[in-house]
Amino acid sequence: MTSDPAMDLLMWARGPGFQIATVVLLFGIVLRIVEILALGRARDLAPPKASPAQSGLRTVFSRFLPRHGMAMRSPVIHIGGYLFHAGFFIVLLFFGPHIQLFEEGFGIGWPGLPSPLIEAVTVISMVALVAVLIARVRDPVRKLLSTFEDYAVWVVTFLPFLTGFMAVNKLGLPYTWMMALHVLSVELLMVVLPFTKLTHAVTFLFARYYNGWVNGRKGAAT
Amino acid sequence: MTAATLERGLTALKEHIDAPVAAFFSSCVHCGLCAEACLFYTETGDPKYAPIRKLEPLRRQWRREYTLVGRLGALLGLIKPLTDDELAEWAHLIYDSCTMCGRCTLVCPVGNDLTYMIRKLREGMAASGHARKGLVEAAKKTIKLGSPMGVQLPALNAQIRRVEAEVGLPIPVDVAGVDYMVILSSMEVIQFPEIIGALARIFDRAGVTWTIPSSGFEATNVGIQIGSRDIAEEIVRRVVEAAEKLRVKYVISPECGHAYVALRWEGPNLLGRPYRFEVIHLMELLAKLRAEGRLPLAGKHDQRVTFHDPCQIIRRGGIDQEPRDLLNEITEDFAEMPDAGIWNWCCGGGGGVSAVDEAEHLRTKVFSRKMCQLDEVHPEQLVTACANCRNIIEEGLEAYNKDIEVIGLTELVAEYLAPDETAPAEGGDGS
Repeated sequence: MTSDPAMDLLMWARGPGFQIATVVLLFGIVLRIVEILALGRARDLAPPKASPAQSGLRTVFSRFLPRHGMAMRSPVIHIGGYLFHAGFFIVLLFFGPHIQLFEEGFGIGWPGLPSPLIEAVTVISMVALVAVLIARVRDPVRKLLSTFEDYAVWVVTFLPFLTGFMAVNKLGLPYTWMMALHVLSVELLMVVLPFTKLTHAVTFLFARYYNGWVNGRKGAAT
Repeated sequence: MTAATLERGLTALKEHIDAPVAAFFSSCVHCGLCAEACLFYTETGDPKYAPIRKLEPLRRQWRREYTLVGRLGALLGLIKPLTDDELAEWAHLIYDSCTMCGRCTLVCPVGNDLTYMIRKLREGMAASGHARKGLVEAAKKTIKLGSPMGVQLPALNAQIRRVEAEVGLPIPVDVAGVDYMVILSSMEVIQFPEIIGALARIFDRAGVTWTIPSSGFEATNVGIQIGSRDIAEEIVRRVVEAAEKLRVKYVISPECGHAYVALRWEGPNLLGRPYRFEVIHLMELLAKLRAEGRLPLAGKHDQRVTFHDPCQIIRRGGIDQEPRDLLNEITEDFAEMPDAGIWNWCCGGGGGVSAVDEAEHLRTKVFSRKMCQLDEVHPEQLVTACANCRNIIEEGLEAYNKDIEVIGLTELVAEYLAPDETAPAEGGDGS
């Protein structure tokens, strides 16, 4: 048996590493949801003017769109935000090798997008992330609101794009090393997601639903 | 009120944190968009007024008490408990620079209802003794005298007699079994008593039976503003007791923003039971009477008017079209300001800010937002449906040397009531 540290690391990352990350991710998400739901909320005795649940569900979807005048006031956050989120899901779900992993894991696959397109999306996503980072540092409000976590989470989100791009294009370290780093960077993202603001990936559903519920029952626009 | 202590404040915060609060704080990504929706930020450019930052004490308490990571951090001494000094420092952000107008709630991309959380955070501030003095005084006056401005029955009676003489119609007081009970804000009784006459004329014309209660006539609820469930409950209880004693079918929430929120939306929850009557906002009632053909209107107001939506009625209350339908009916030249409707900007004095001395300078400064809106339409008159907005806007216009008259919508409607052709002519049969 030959000893290739790069291959060993990649195998660990794809095997036990990925399993650990998955368990932490799932446990963490369940924990965060339980933390929310366990608090409960009081029954509202004021007679509603409109269906709260309907408004809650509507708000889950309506907040995907920019709100009145906001895109003009914070264009970088809006454009960068949309591009990054779209890019993240396109690369994750429509890159051939990623689909293969899903197929191995869940037994279902789907057609991917051409590699050059995925690469372009990756670059656009990285540019978008850099843009929102600059917007964070330069805007006095975002600068004041930002803590160490905001910057750490930015790095953790950026790394999978960067390492993936470098691995595919044979940049930097030898391919196996780069691939190992790529898988590890994804696992790092999975592990920190539930315990940082990245948890919004799941909890935004609850936040929007509650907002719509609370205000919609008054017949107010949400 | 029992003595306020830090411990009571922290307990109050703990008690008021619920699933929505946890979902909201879990989801915030520090995007800063809430600031762009807040007139205290847009008009000052000071990042400390970012709405989510105002909520920092509540977030800290939530994290420390209700998240695994926060609890571990607290155990290791990494996450410190809130201190009196911190809460005192935050009073400016929580009381002086938030009118609970709800604009930030409407823009948050992850859907956080920040206004909902400010309401809860103020409970902790009041319980820990960090509420603003102006609000504490108003609360004391309300509990002791029945009104935040110290308006008592003799003052109301005097205004009623004056109005009766003016409009030539009786103002019913304590008449049991009628359909509608009218309550008023102190601001209306003292500053804008013409509303009483307007109501008398409209109800007379529409054939509505109504009464004003001799106790429990105060609509404003400082408990909601200062953040005290107990005080809010006591004030709502007075109205509810009066209404149930007089066996009315409806209580009319007057032209006052937060009074509507207090009575219509928070009240049953404060009392822990549904009412034995319905709450209807005056705008809703006027629209209803109009739809039933009981509010015949004639003539058109020829001045150029615009409409200021009170935050608690539009964004936190869902009343949007009613005032517009009425205005379209009775005015020739009704021009909407930019951002009118659900995106309207606050007058700057809602949510108790108008009662806070420390906020006065800032409030006048941020009125520049309303001036920008007005400069787009150049109205001769501004119509609104909240006595507090009305007062704040009058003060703001004066501070900015702008000559625009501010009027209440109900009074304007009363002016354009169609003459009653079925009524006996003057000096008729005299029966």
